[in-house]
Amino acid sequence: MPDWLIIRTFWDLTVTGLALGSIYALVALGYTLVYGVLRLINFAHSEIFMVGTFGSLLASSQFLNIPLLEDGNYPYRAGMTLIFFLVVILIIAMVFSGISAVLLERVAYRPLRGNGDSIGAVALAFLTAFIVSLIFIDDTQVNVIISLVLTAPIAYSYLRIFKRGRKAPRLAFLISAIGASTAIAEAVGVWGTHGRDQYQTARILEKKTVFNLFGTDVRIDYVIVIVGALLMMTALTLFVNKTRLGRGVRAVAQDAETSRILGVNVDMIIIVTFALGGVMAGGAAMLFTLVYDQTRFNIGFILGVKSFTAAVLGGIGNLKGALLGGLVLGLVENYGSAIFGGQWKDVIAFTVLLVVLMFRPTGLLGESLGKARV
Amino acid sequence: MLLEVTDLHVFYGRIEAIKGISFGVGEGEITTLIGANGAGKTTTMRTISGVRTVTQGSVIFDGQDITKMAPHDRVKLGICQAPEGRGIFPGMTVRENLDMGTYVRGGDSAQKAADLAHVFHLFPRLEERISQLGGTLSGGEQQMLAIGRALMSRPRLLLLDEPSMGLAPMLIAQIFEIIKQINSEGISVLLVEQNATQALRVAHRGYVLETGYVVKDGSGHDLLEDPAVRAAYLGG
Ligand SMILES: Nc1ncnc2c1ncn2[C@@H]1O[C@H](COP(=O)(O)OP(=O)(O)OP(=O)(O)O)[C@@H](O)[C@H]1O
Ligand SMILES: [Mg+2]
Repeated sequence: MPDWLIIRTFWDLTVTGLALGSIYALVALGYTLVYGVLRLINFAHSEIFMVGTFGSLLASSQFLNIPLLEDGNYPYRAGMTLIFFLVVILIIAMVFSGISAVLLERVAYRPLRGNGDSIGAVALAFLTAFIVSLIFIDDTQVNVIISLVLTAPIAYSYLRIFKRGRKAPRLAFLISAIGASTAIAEAVGVWGTHGRDQYQTARILEKKTVFNLFGTDVRIDYVIVIVGALLMMTALTLFVNKTRLGRGVRAVAQDAETSRILGVNVDMIIIVTFALGGVMAGGAAMLFTLVYDQTRFNIGFILGVKSFTAAVLGGIGNLKGALLGGLVLGLVENYGSAIFGGQWKDVIAFTVLLVVLMFRPTGLLGESLGKARV
Repeated sequence: MLLEVTDLHVFYGRIEAIKGISFGVGEGEITTLIGANGAGKTTTMRTISGVRTVTQGSVIFDGQDITKMAPHDRVKLGICQAPEGRGIFPGMTVRENLDMGTYVRGGDSAQKAADLAHVFHLFPRLEERISQLGGTLSGGEQQMLAIGRALMSRPRLLLLDEPSMGLAPMLIAQIFEIIKQINSEGISVLLVEQNATQALRVAHRGYVLETGYVVKDGSGHDLLEDPAVRAAYLGG
């Protein structure tokens, strides 16, 4: 291979690696925030990302009425229209992910925290009955009726089990997380219009080259992803450091009990934390569809695991660590697959994780949201 | 009485840590709880702040039943605590730690600035270290920060859980002076101390706690003179 080609490939891999890494980083923030505040690995966060991609999909196809193809061509938009559409899609994706993250906390985690949450118990009871009846009967209407009837007695027993002051063991949170994750993905896989197949998202951005980096053409979508992700992370950092609620998030991460003594409403902070993580995942989801123009009910799975890897790589609980971990992982994965072949991509990612954890168990930047001055 | 605790029972799982104690804090007074390790002093303080669940009994603050009130609402009413172990946020600067004291109030920066000036007047050392991370302060500085932070909430009742723990004698004397000064500004104080002699000297009232029960109470002066108390807590 001539020298210039290697160099060219190198920069090409760098740009795409950074773009992918930015998406990992945004999703990793969600893992890291929740871990920092609750010491909980929110395994269902990957599905929050997935919901965001469907948010983008619905935003463009339903709210903005953009067809997949116009007269046989991509429905490209330009100028202010393009910017307006992109912003609308971004906001809707963020809202979808943010709300589902908050609901997830309410249904899957809060009842386990032992603060006598009756609404959570009712919601959880309904879902339990619904999922169980799905196994036996294949008629949505009948299922809903059955679960409505069963909600009251199940909610009653949940309230007895999750009574005030009784916190469930750590393992219960993990099981709840995995259950919620499967439930969300399967719900989309079962009820989505395309079921378990792929969905195309409308390609409104014409992926032109914007500039040339050492002989590599850099496409506009990669630039948007990297810049967008950096902007979102800056906004998050500002929020966490400069606002009252943000300071509450840091306080709870550092010392939950003292925070409560000083008047921080921890339940509120937990909601804020999930919402922040959700919004970041929603942004990541929108950027993802911008580059890949597609989604699927299980799109969150591998991406979630990678982002979690990024969070651990950078030092879980550490916001800067999420950024660093995401970018490093994106780059290493790309360079690695160029050397060993694309089929090794995932292997490389996890090998990196193993090696880092062997020599630096607390991740590259160590320290948690607790100790670090995020 | 500003604070009235009646027949309080608190459990950790099946273990009863507080077994029906009653005591009160008079408006404008310093009240102290003394007792050996594990007597239940910290549990009592945390229950008053609302971070432990009451099984039985009541906590009345200024005539209002707060037994089941959320902690943040209690801070709004004017109950704030410098907890045992100080509870400094290690990754926040001195300034940010102090700001956490005003968390429930939000807004009004003029008043915050005045409160901050007041805290710096009491603890000039904190002003010198305003941008230092809480986790890197010395034990004494952390204690000042914990008290200052609680004061930032403009409390009517200040709860202090072992403010002298781990401090050098010089500093202990200084802390007790400051407690008296805070009290003279009209803030009622509930003080938990191992350092019983000093605590009883500054306190208007004292209660002796033993394994979850109040076994004795009286004015600070009377308890200081009490032979049984002297033998058990004042080193003879
Ligand atoms: N989180 C907890 N879980 C279980 N038991 C606890 C917990 N906290 C305190 N206890 C128990 O409750 C009892 C009272 O503890 P508490 O901390 O209130 O004592 P204390 O009077 O403050 O002691 P010290 O002077 O050592 O600070 C002790 O027997 C202690 O072991
Ligand atoms: Mg104690």
